Amino acid sequence: MSAENILSTRQRGDLRVIAAMMIPESAEYRVPGADDAAIQADILATLGRDAAQVSEALDHLARLAGAPLAELDTAGHEVVAKKFRATGGAAAATLIRVVLQCYYRDDRVLRSLGLELRPPFPKGYTLEQGDWSLLEPVKARPSMWRRAP
Amino acid sequence: MNDPVDVLIIGAGASGAAVAWSLAETKMHILCMEQGGWMMPSEYPSTGRDWEARFYGDYSPSPNIRARPEDYPINDDNSPIKVVNFNGVGGSTIMYTAHFPRLHPSDFHVRTLDGVADDWPIDYDALAPFFAENDRMMGVSGLAGDPAFPPTEPPMPPLPLGRSGALLGKAMNKLGWHWWPSDTTVATTDYEGRARCINLGHCTPACAQGAKASTDITYWPVALRAGVELRTHCRVREITTNEHGMASGVVYYDKDGVEQFQPAEVVIIACNGIGTPRLLLNSVSGRFPNGLANSSGLVGKNLMFHPYAQVYGYVEEPTDSNRAPPTCLWSKEFYETDTSRGFVRGYAIQFGRGIGPVVEAVMSEGKGILPWGADHHRVFRKLNGHRLTASAICEDLPEEHNRVTLDPVLKDSHGIPAPRVDYTISANSAKMMEHGIARGKEILAAAGATDICINCPIPYGGWHLLGTARMGADPARSVVNEWGRSHDVKNLFIVDGSVFVTSGGVNPTSTIQAIALYVADQMKRRLADLFD
Repeated sequence: MSAENILSTRQRGDLRVIAAMMIPESAEYRVPGADDAAIQADILATLGRDAAQVSEALDHLARLAGAPLAELDTAGHEVVAKKFRATGGAAAATLIRVVLQCYYRDDRVLRSLGLELRPPFPKGYTLEQGDWSLLEPVKARPSMWRRAP
Repeated sequence: MNDPVDVLIIGAGASGAAVAWSLAETKMHILCMEQGGWMMPSEYPSTGRDWEARFYGDYSPSPNIRARPEDYPINDDNSPIKVVNFNGVGGSTIMYTAHFPRLHPSDFHVRTLDGVADDWPIDYDALAPFFAENDRMMGVSGLAGDPAFPPTEPPMPPLPLGRSGALLGKAMNKLGWHWWPSDTTVATTDYEGRARCINLGHCTPACAQGAKASTDITYWPVALRAGVELRTHCRVREITTNEHGMASGVVYYDKDGVEQFQPAEVVIIACNGIGTPRLLLNSVSGRFPNGLANSSGLVGKNLMFHPYAQVYGYVEEPTDSNRAPPTCLWSKEFYETDTSRGFVRGYAIQFGRGIGPVVEAVMSEGKGILPWGADHHRVFRKLNGHRLTASAICEDLPEEHNRVTLDPVLKDSHGIPAPRVDYTISANSAKMMEHGIARGKEILAAAGATDICINCPIPYGGWHLLGTARMGADPARSVVNEWGRSHDVKNLFIVDGSVFVTSGGVNPTSTIQAIALYVADQMKRRLADLFD
């Protein structure tokens, strides 16, 4: 069963809304919100082993909201978000993590952070040597390991 | 039935690989059975854009979360520290930070020096040549001359300090406290067929470059060339014994799930401090009703982790973040006993360079320092790439109530009873952790860090699985003798972290492997009268 089928239309709607509550679009940083269609598609496509817990979290969210999240006003969102984070347990943590891990690999977001749009391998990164003279005071210390009998 | 072998090793991780390589020169028929398979570096997380997400899934350090076919479940509900490990050729060296300190000379004499626990039946000097041999085989990078340790000669130069190391070094100098570049098994030069580190950063869940030493790319290729046989996807259920009370072989499930028997003249267990007692406790018979090698009743008892007391914070300057191996420095300032601190023994401090954006976001949101809403972006940019970490790795002392038993309900995919862990953090360890947190805060303050966060203990920090089949001269107080042979079963040996008498306050892999090489050396010296 695909993730799209695991989550109901209502759940997917609530997922979009809570993702935007977590991370809204920002013109200042030139980044989309986490409700962006491409990011939502990434979330749904890669839910995998997290699907059941995300579904559970969304059910919990629905119970707290009493209505589709989109129908609540800003004050209602804040109340629900606070309760959700306080009472959602491992399922809520999973939902939050799933949103964050897809958001922070989006090209537009990484570009805004000044990060390269690639995996670490095979290019790797350069690590500067740093100032090894900092070690001189430590080298000057007398031997400090405890002698055994 | 399979043809009998001279030596059967169970487990192809840190210690199993080392003992196999060392014994290969005897030209005996040596077979190693491993429940996992060979790893494929091209599939390691750092090769894909989802490299961080996989740390929460198929490359989670927790076998309960990872749940690969080769993993077995562990009931660790009754422990504040959860077991983490890896199963496959290379074992947990596939998934470790490659931080490679050795136990200190004083660690082998805690009863004599501090009046606690027990002295080891061997000492640092006995292991010294095997530490050095292991450093060469694994390929250690480091800097000679650390005033907090006896002289060593790492075969490769240390990892660069980088931005994070320099920031931390300055802070430690302000405080006048010891620090030193860590010994690691990350190759800083091309070494024995391994390419040098290119700073993939995501070292812990396996190194796609092959710069980080794991035994699948260090010991195993050499051992296989020397004639050792390695049989993968074979899960051992129990060790069998004969009418003389000697180990006769093992019952295992092959890659197709078919039950098989493998006879052997000598059996060596290398399954770590959880897997080894599990196997021994599952190996019951009329002669050994409480599990094999368990006349002392100590199999599974005295489990020691290293409780980690971790402090991290954020500096204005950019750190190395995920663009370098995660560990860089250690400090032994608080390693040796000072009773004025209110506890005995001590801890090393392990410094971290930083983490990647996904893990930063997940952790910071969980800690409540990364808000939801419009301010999320500003705060994230302040945190991401600015983290420094100090972790006190605290010496746990052995206590019999900290133990591994067999879970009455939970079983693995072959129906073999799974291990259950019951563990509490002792008052001594708790005081040590509190001390470590306070010192960590001082270090981060000296570095100018703010937004200080604490993990005490690190919940998924049960990397070091020690003490559950302890070594000793007295059969009533130990499971194996001073050279790793079971007191009860004279052709049964244990070479993994189970044999630790005490834990020290450093990562144990270097010492585990040195012990495995030492036991192999003892066996080779005694081949004519090995079972006497």
